[in-house]
Amino acid sequence: MSDDPNALPDPAIDDTATMQRRGFLKATAGAGAAVAGITGFPYVHAQEKMTLRYLGTAVNQDKAIADKFEADTGIKIQYVAVTTDDVTKRAVTAPNSFDLIDTEYFSLRKIIPTGNLLGIDSKRIRNADKITTLFTKGEIGGKKVGDQGTAPKKVMYLEKPDSKTFAAAPTQYMTLIPTVYNADTLGIRPDLIKRPIESWKELLNPEFKGKAAILNIPSIGIMDAAMVVEALGVYKYPDKGNMTKKEIDLTIKTLIEAKKGGQFRALWKDFNESVNLMASGEVVIQSMWSPAVTAVRTKGIACTFQPLKEGYRAWAAGFGVPKTLSGKKADAAYEFINWFLDGWAGAYLNRQGYYSAVLETAKAKMEPYEWAYWMEGKPATSDIKSPNGDLLAKAGSSRDGGSYEARMGGIACWNALMDENVYMVQKWNEFVAA
Amino acid sequence: MTSPSASTTAGAPLAVDAPAPSAAPRRHAARSRIAWLQAAPLTAVFVLFFLVPLALILMVSFWRATDYELIPAFTAQSYLDIFAGCGSGEGSCVTLSTYLSTLKFSLLTWAITAVLGFAVAYFLAFHVRSTLTQTVLFILCTVPFWTSNVIRMISWIPLLGRNGLVNDMLLATGLVTQPQEWLLFSDFSVVLAFVHLYTMFMIVPIFNSMMRIDRALLEAARDNGASPWQTVVHVILPLCKTGLIIGSIFVIALVMGDFVTVGVMGGQQIASVGKVIQVQANVLQFPAAAANAIALLAVVLLMIVALMRLVDLRKEL
Repeated sequence: MSDDPNALPDPAIDDTATMQRRGFLKATAGAGAAVAGITGFPYVHAQEKMTLRYLGTAVNQDKAIADKFEADTGIKIQYVAVTTDDVTKRAVTAPNSFDLIDTEYFSLRKIIPTGNLLGIDSKRIRNADKITTLFTKGEIGGKKVGDQGTAPKKVMYLEKPDSKTFAAAPTQYMTLIPTVYNADTLGIRPDLIKRPIESWKELLNPEFKGKAAILNIPSIGIMDAAMVVEALGVYKYPDKGNMTKKEIDLTIKTLIEAKKGGQFRALWKDFNESVNLMASGEVVIQSMWSPAVTAVRTKGIACTFQPLKEGYRAWAAGFGVPKTLSGKKADAAYEFINWFLDGWAGAYLNRQGYYSAVLETAKAKMEPYEWAYWMEGKPATSDIKSPNGDLLAKAGSSRDGGSYEARMGGIACWNALMDENVYMVQKWNEFVAA
Repeated sequence: MTSPSASTTAGAPLAVDAPAPSAAPRRHAARSRIAWLQAAPLTAVFVLFFLVPLALILMVSFWRATDYELIPAFTAQSYLDIFAGCGSGEGSCVTLSTYLSTLKFSLLTWAITAVLGFAVAYFLAFHVRSTLTQTVLFILCTVPFWTSNVIRMISWIPLLGRNGLVNDMLLATGLVTQPQEWLLFSDFSVVLAFVHLYTMFMIVPIFNSMMRIDRALLEAARDNGASPWQTVVHVILPLCKTGLIIGSIFVIALVMGDFVTVGVMGGQQIASVGKVIQVQANVLQFPAAAANAIALLAVVLLMIVALMRLVDLRKEL
């Protein structure tokens, strides 16, 4: 009451009652406001838009996907785009800096032992049992595919949500829910090579001296090199994804000899570098990624993602949840994962030439002619366009590598993290320095 | 009191003999305290952002690491790994060949930027008479710095490529019959980009030294019958030594630690010490990367010490 300025100078006793009443009113009003403030706080908070920080590589972080998800659910996606190596580095060193991670399966061998990721409860994922068998069993259409390297089925499950080691058999808890995957091979410029290319060994064929390139990400580059060594008939690896020191020496020696002979025009590390090398004609044959081939083609330059008889080197990425995530944010992360598997995003990715985790939901969101072109390997009955409307293939043409079964069934090995990783990187630096 | 050391003795050597012997030491103490306080903010910044991180790097370089964790330990393994293969005579000493290649780039870049920088600065300082033109030309020199390093570098690629402008021109004029491959992704293109990027770091300090030369000296040289060339060699060059050395430190330190330019212009095929460190840090082999960083630091420091031997910078500035 003393805070009422009128109260102090007024000596009239009669007035005290009114003063008190007035003061009482004020006090209750104040208390009311306070109560409203307290109860109102969570209410205001709930109205506030939830934002999920999505850590991953730029390849998967499409604005259209975030926009569509926000339109559907009101949850905002904030993309944090870094390189493949940095995704792993952040997961290991700064698990608080993201709410959702999109990382490659081979990185799990570095991330899971830190305990920074929490196993995803498959009971909360609506389409968990519809995820392609390539991940859960390592099979396509009932047939086993190559599992050299860090095949997803080897690192797919955890015994408990907070396990630091992988489970041998399927469990309720999944390390990552797959987002996209594909099988990589050599990209070529058919207009400049002018003859069929059928084997990985062509990468080191002296015919392409000074016009070849290889990937300068050690763990992936060495696998491509191993495919070449096997194709040349020099050596057959028990497991290309987990070489012994001797095998690493042999592989690097082959690369160094080729490099000293002037085989390579350049090494590339960044997606765009590979596009520029190919589009400018500096390089006519190189290890390449599917969207890079698409990017060269959209410039009107002939480029083929050449299927080879030795098979493909496959890779896969998926969503993981950091262990620091809880409450509403965790719910939102699960909601996003569920939404992602519902078909719209899957169809979007399939139209870019990737493959999505749950095929049947994606199929429902694609036109039959699109499905026939992208997934069944049939000639397009009408022009094939990318999600943002660029012409990718004219009617009548069919996809490199054919159907989903033909392509993913041809997997020879998976991107991997070797036990001898330290030694391998050391030797890779030797190759770069040679 | 002997405590008021270097900082005060240099500034006021005469004050020591001041008439009031009892008051002088106290005033000295107060003044030295203020001097310390004045130096404190910069010292704090240095300690926090330079010494502490450096100490951490040194510490980590003796640790061990697996694929996913750092293990505190005291092992010289990372340092031994640097020299793996050296001395066995098989020629597979990666570190040595990497350092040699990096040193080669440093020396080439240094020599070219020094000559170019000296020539440009000479022109600006002695040939351009009006201060306005001088300022305008000087700003013109800095204009390329308004765009990013990487963009300036990448813009060379379409120029030098197999189907690039230079090759098109050479083929059209009939000077060559085959596209020249050595223009891009070669030692040549790397040095070219370095020179393009770093000449400015030479021009500025040399120009600064030249502007401080007393013009009367040049007239005196001419009066004594020195040819213009003799004036440059015997008068200007010795007086620009400070600028040259400062520029050299910039250029050498920049080139030694570079990994982006060598990567982009060398087609990722040319090794550099910085690149090795970057690759190791990327695959979470922090101890190895830290050991390499410490080794690189030691080499660069040695080079700078050697340069400092040539000129007493503190006296000259």
